[in-house]
Amino acid sequence: MKKNKHQVEEVILPDGTIRKVKKNISYDKWGYFFLIPFFVIFIIFQFIPLGQTIYYSFFEYYFKLGLTQVGPNFVGFGNFVKLLSGEVFWKYLGNTIILWIIGAIPQFVFALLFAVWFTDGRLKLKFQGFFKAVVYMPNLIMAAAFGYLFFMLLGMTGPISVLLRNLGIIGENFSFRESASWVRIIIAFINVLMWTGNTCILLMSGIMGIDESIFESARLDGSSSFRTFRSVTMPLLMPIFVYVFITSMIGGIQLFDAAQIYTQGTGGPDATSYTIMMYLSNLISGSRNYGISGALSVILFIITGILSIFVYKTLIPSKDAQKQEKRVRNVRNLWLRINNKEYAEGALYESRISNSK
Amino acid sequence: MNQELVIVSRNKNHKSNKLSLNLYRTVCYIVLIIMAFLCLFPFYIMLVNCTRANSDIQKSFSLVFGTNLATNLRNLFNNKNYPIAQATLNSSWVALCVALLTVYFSALTAYATHIYNFKGKKVISTFIIAIMMIPTQVATLGLLLMLYDIQAKTGVKLMDTFIPIVIPSICAPVTYFYLKQYMDSVLPTEVIEAARVDGSSEIGIFHKMVLPMIKPALAVQFIFAFVNSWNNYFLPSMILSSKNNYTLPILIASLKASDPSTFDYGQIYCLMTIAVLPLILVYFIFSKSIIKGLTSGAVKG
Repeated sequence: MKKNKHQVEEVILPDGTIRKVKKNISYDKWGYFFLIPFFVIFIIFQFIPLGQTIYYSFFEYYFKLGLTQVGPNFVGFGNFVKLLSGEVFWKYLGNTIILWIIGAIPQFVFALLFAVWFTDGRLKLKFQGFFKAVVYMPNLIMAAAFGYLFFMLLGMTGPISVLLRNLGIIGENFSFRESASWVRIIIAFINVLMWTGNTCILLMSGIMGIDESIFESARLDGSSSFRTFRSVTMPLLMPIFVYVFITSMIGGIQLFDAAQIYTQGTGGPDATSYTIMMYLSNLISGSRNYGISGALSVILFIITGILSIFVYKTLIPSKDAQKQEKRVRNVRNLWLRINNKEYAEGALYESRISNSK
Repeated sequence: MNQELVIVSRNKNHKSNKLSLNLYRTVCYIVLIIMAFLCLFPFYIMLVNCTRANSDIQKSFSLVFGTNLATNLRNLFNNKNYPIAQATLNSSWVALCVALLTVYFSALTAYATHIYNFKGKKVISTFIIAIMMIPTQVATLGLLLMLYDIQAKTGVKLMDTFIPIVIPSICAPVTYFYLKQYMDSVLPTEVIEAARVDGSSEIGIFHKMVLPMIKPALAVQFIFAFVNSWNNYFLPSMILSSKNNYTLPILIASLKASDPSTFDYGQIYCLMTIAVLPLILVYFIFSKSIIKGLTSGAVKG
C-alpha cells in the first residue's frame, strides 16, 4: 500500500478532459482528524469531570454551614457506607422508582395501544397525523414549565381546583399540593403526558419494521386483533420494546425538573416525592457536600451504566439477526399450532417469508 | 383448541366481523380523543388565563378568553422581578449556539466513522454508542469543581457564563447516532470517491456535498437540539447564578407563590406562555416532517 502512495494516475472525466490524480492516497487519517473536536470536548467536559467526581467520592469534603471548608480528607469507602446505610438515600431512591412505575404503566399501555392502532391496516384510522402530532407535542414542552403550570392549575385558587370544587368533586379544604399520593400522581401524570407520544413513535417504527406479510397471513387466517398483537406483534417487537423500556428507566432515574418545580423543591408532603436527582442537586449546590454527592454520582453512574449495557445490546443487531429469524420461525410455528393448519400451508407461508426478504 | 377454532370461525363471519371492527374503531377514537384532550387542555387553560386579569383568575374558572392580554404583557415586561426579555434572549442565544454546534460536530463525527477506515474505528464507534445513555448529570459535581478550580488557578471565570453550557454540546452521542444511521442509508462511498476525483478537499467534500445531502436529518436534529437546550434546567441552574444570565427554565423555577398580594397570576401565565408557545408553534408547522424523521430515524430492531 505504502509503495503506491504517490503514484499518479490519469483519469478521464465525463466531459472528456484528462486529469492527473494521485492514486491510492490513504485518506483515512482524515477520520482521526474529524474526530478530534468530539473527543477533546468529551475528555474535558465529561471524562475528566467524571474522574474528579469518582476521586472526590473517596474524600470527606464539605462546607460546615455552607461556609467553613472541611477536608478533603481521604476516607476510603466512608461516603458510600454513610450513604448506603443512611435512610434518606433509600427513601429517595424508592420515591424515584415509585414515581417511575406509576408513570410508566399508563405510558406504555397507551403508547403500545396507539402504536398498534396507527399501524393497523384494517382499522385505517382517520386524523392520524393530528393525533400523532398532538400526543407527541408535550414531549417538546419545558418540563419546568409543565411542573409550574400544574403547580398553578392545582393550587388552592388554581383554575382546576376551583372547577372541581365548584362541581363538588373535591372538598372545600382539599389541596392537591398537600396530599402525598396526589403529588405523586400529578408528577407521574406530567411524565405520562410528556413521554407517551415519544414511546408511541418509537414502538410504531418498530412495528412498521416488521414484515407486512406476517400480519397479512395472520389476517387471512382470521386472527382477531388481540390475538395478532399477542402472538405476532409483541414477540417481534420485543427487541425495540426492551430498548424503549430500559431507556425509559434511565430517564426515570433522571426525573428532576417536574418534581422539583411542582413541589417547589420540597419533595411534597414528608418529601414523599423527593427524587434521587433532587437529592444530588441539593447536595451539590444546596448543602455543598461534595464527598457524599460524589458517592451518590458514582452510584447513579453504576446503575445507569448497567442499564446502558442492556440498551447497547439491543442497539447492536449483529448476533440478534439470527435470533430474530428464529423468533419469526417460532411465531410461525405457534401460528400453525393455533390454527391447526396443514403443513403444506406452513410451507407456503415459509416461502412467502423468504420471498419477501 | 376447540374454543380457539370457534373464535376463528366466528371471526370469519363477515357481518359480525365488520360490526366488531366498527366498534373497535369507535373505542380507538374515544381513547385517542381523551388523550388529545389531556395533552391540549392544560395549555388551553394557560392561554385563556393569559388574557384574564389577576382578580378574575383567582376568583373563577373560565374557558373563554378575556381582554386583559395587553395589560398582562405590559405589566410582565415592566416587572423588574422577572427579567423575561433578558431570559428569552439568553435562552434563544444559548439554544441556537447549542443546536448549531451539536448538529455540525455530530455530523462531522458521524462522517468520520462512516466514510474512513482507520485503525480503531470500530472501538471508537462502539465507545460512542456505549456512553450514549449515561446521563451527564453524574459528572456534574466534577464539572463544577473543575470550573471553580480553573477560576482559582488562572482567574478565568467560567461559572455564571454560558460557555460550560454551550461548548459541551460539541460532544452529543445521541445526535451522532441518529446522523450515523441516516448516513448509512443515504450516503454511498462512491459519491465521496467521485468528488475526490474532482479534486475536492476532504473538508470541502464534507461541507459542499455531505451536509447538503443529509439536510433533512440535520433539520430534525437541529430542532431537537434547540428544544433540549431551550428546556434544559439541571445544569444551567447550577452554573448560572446572576439574574441577568437566567434562562427561561431558571426564571420559572425562581417564581415563588409565597406572596399572593404582589403575585400577579396573569403575568405568570404570560411568562409560561412565552416559555412554551414558540416551540409549540414551530413544532406544529414542522410536525409532519418531525414525526416522519423520528419514525424513520428510530432504532432498527
